[in-house]
Amino acid sequence: MTRTTYREALRTAHREALLADPRVFIMGEDVGRYGGSYAVTMGLLAEFGEARVRDTPLSELGFVGAGVGAALGGMRPIVEIMTVNFSLLALDPIVNTAATLRHMSGGQFSVPLVVRMATGAGRQLAAQHSHSLENWYAHVPGIRVLAPATVADARGMLAPALADPDPVVIFEHALLYNLEEDLPDDWQCDISHAAVRRAGTQLSLITYGGSVPKTMQAAEALASEGIDVEVIDLRVLRPLDMDTIAASLRKTHRAVIVDEGWKSGSLAAEVMARLMEHCFYDLDAPVARVCSEEVPIPYARHMEEAALPQVPKIVATVKAVLNV
Amino acid sequence: MSAATDALDPRTHGRDFCLARVRDMLRIRRFEERCAQLYGETKIRGFLHLYIGEEAVAAGVLPNLRPEDNVVATYREHGHALLRGLSMNAIMAEMYGKQEGCSRGRGGSMHLFDRASHFYGGNAIVGGGLPLAVGLALADQLDQRRDRVTVCFFGEGAVAEGAFHESMNLAALWKLPVLFVCENNLYAMGTALSRSEAQIALTVKAAGYNMPCAQVNGMHVLAVHDAARQALDQVRDRQSPLFLELHTYRFRAHSMYDAELYRDKAEVERWKQHDPIATFTAALKAAGLLQDAEVQAIDRAAQDEVEVAVAFAEAGTWEPVDQLLRDVTTPAAAAGSAP
Repeated sequence: MTRTTYREALRTAHREALLADPRVFIMGEDVGRYGGSYAVTMGLLAEFGEARVRDTPLSELGFVGAGVGAALGGMRPIVEIMTVNFSLLALDPIVNTAATLRHMSGGQFSVPLVVRMATGAGRQLAAQHSHSLENWYAHVPGIRVLAPATVADARGMLAPALADPDPVVIFEHALLYNLEEDLPDDWQCDISHAAVRRAGTQLSLITYGGSVPKTMQAAEALASEGIDVEVIDLRVLRPLDMDTIAASLRKTHRAVIVDEGWKSGSLAAEVMARLMEHCFYDLDAPVARVCSEEVPIPYARHMEEAALPQVPKIVATVKAVLNV
Repeated sequence: MSAATDALDPRTHGRDFCLARVRDMLRIRRFEERCAQLYGETKIRGFLHLYIGEEAVAAGVLPNLRPEDNVVATYREHGHALLRGLSMNAIMAEMYGKQEGCSRGRGGSMHLFDRASHFYGGNAIVGGGLPLAVGLALADQLDQRRDRVTVCFFGEGAVAEGAFHESMNLAALWKLPVLFVCENNLYAMGTALSRSEAQIALTVKAAGYNMPCAQVNGMHVLAVHDAARQALDQVRDRQSPLFLELHTYRFRAHSMYDAELYRDKAEVERWKQHDPIATFTAALKAAGLLQDAEVQAIDRAAQDEVEVAVAFAEAGTWEPVDQLLRDVTTPAAAAGSAP
């Protein structure tokens, strides 16, 4: 057990990947000399050189597309995009090419590409650096979508993502980089299953990414009032692990989903729909959700806070569903 | 007679070479003419983009490639696929949507793929192939055991896309062995180059990225061949990209749904005077390298090959619907195999 941060855990995972496989290289804006916009790749340029820790121009479409090509050409690229907002400039190579090539080619070509990006709000960066668009990617067949929310997952998810023969998109919530936790000795993990972060009996709180710490705090607050809830961290946003979710619902019979994305067309909406499909007769109450308000994320601190899921709102929603 | 013209004297290339190019171009032409018919018969559906008129480009460039080189093409790629060595049977079966097709019927006309010949499609996003080509070349640069060139075909319409500019910059910045082959057929679907670009001299754009470039008559198969040979040698020797602009013209509509309201019939007729097959065979005859009977024999062989391909596609099978979800992701058993 070692005390470490989410950022350091990511960096260690990247260093390990570069050491383990000569096909692995990292590219993105300011990943080299600058050290990474969130300092994840700090120090790696000095150790591995410019060919493998590759600064790119501000060309998201170009360098993500080049990542697809390099993966086709036998490399194992890790492409870093500064934020999910900028990734929209690279939707074409991800959605039209990386996700489709295996299918369009009748199974001839796989694209073993890893794309990482920061996501989420909470730092007063306003409406072009703060959004949560994980659901856009989770909509698309052909790619796997991950959201590490713990130091252990930050440490453990990269290696299996690189071993995946198909494209993997990893979302790192910007508020998690400074998260400090004990890294357990058994940090190795799969990228197929959701995780029960807290066992409970009365209701299932289902969440992912940057909302996991808030949801855990809400569960603590509820526990102090004698309300025992389970917290499920989806971890894998595509394909969704319905087995873990359904097993929880069979126990608790109630659910609240916490998702920093907007409600409309959200991952929360997808989880709700699947609960209807898979767990309808296990439910004792309508499923509820706590999402971001339907507004571009504002700059002013109090307005940004009001736009996002917060602990008191999660607590209140849980109580409403439990009718307490 | 200038030195350049001398070099294009077919006698300097030899009879066998020239006959092979006639054969290449006729295979594409007859294949596509039959595809147009089959489209009318509703045997082929979806979008069908014909290369007719532009055959000298593929027939000039592709014979210069080595087996290990990469090819990235567009949605108008039947000719490139054929000359890269995909069997006409597999291509025709793909047009039919049969599982014997080169992409198991999942791709169709716009998405022909072949791993064995490093043929990376078949891309229906204009400009979509360029970043892919940059990445393939980057993989080759990173894996220093490889000596391989990536040839990327695209139309002049793609130069308006950000993907073009980002890819040209990356390839030049990182000194990647990519040959960018711009097939300038003057129209992006129905929009003339002069109506879409402030700077219509495309080589100026390449120069803007500090990339060497050349312009070639894309209707003359030997001119294309020689320029491509020189360009490929340069890309290999200098391990850096080069931009080749080939002036060509599509004789048929953009796709099967195009009423061609944007260009004059007279213009099309004018360009047909430069038909790459007719002009080349005429030049070969004038040089005493080709007899009428030989052209006819080559043509007949091409038509026979097409009919065999049609029979193959007709006899092909529809993939069972219970296979619908295959090849969305890689099955565990196939994972880990070398690309």
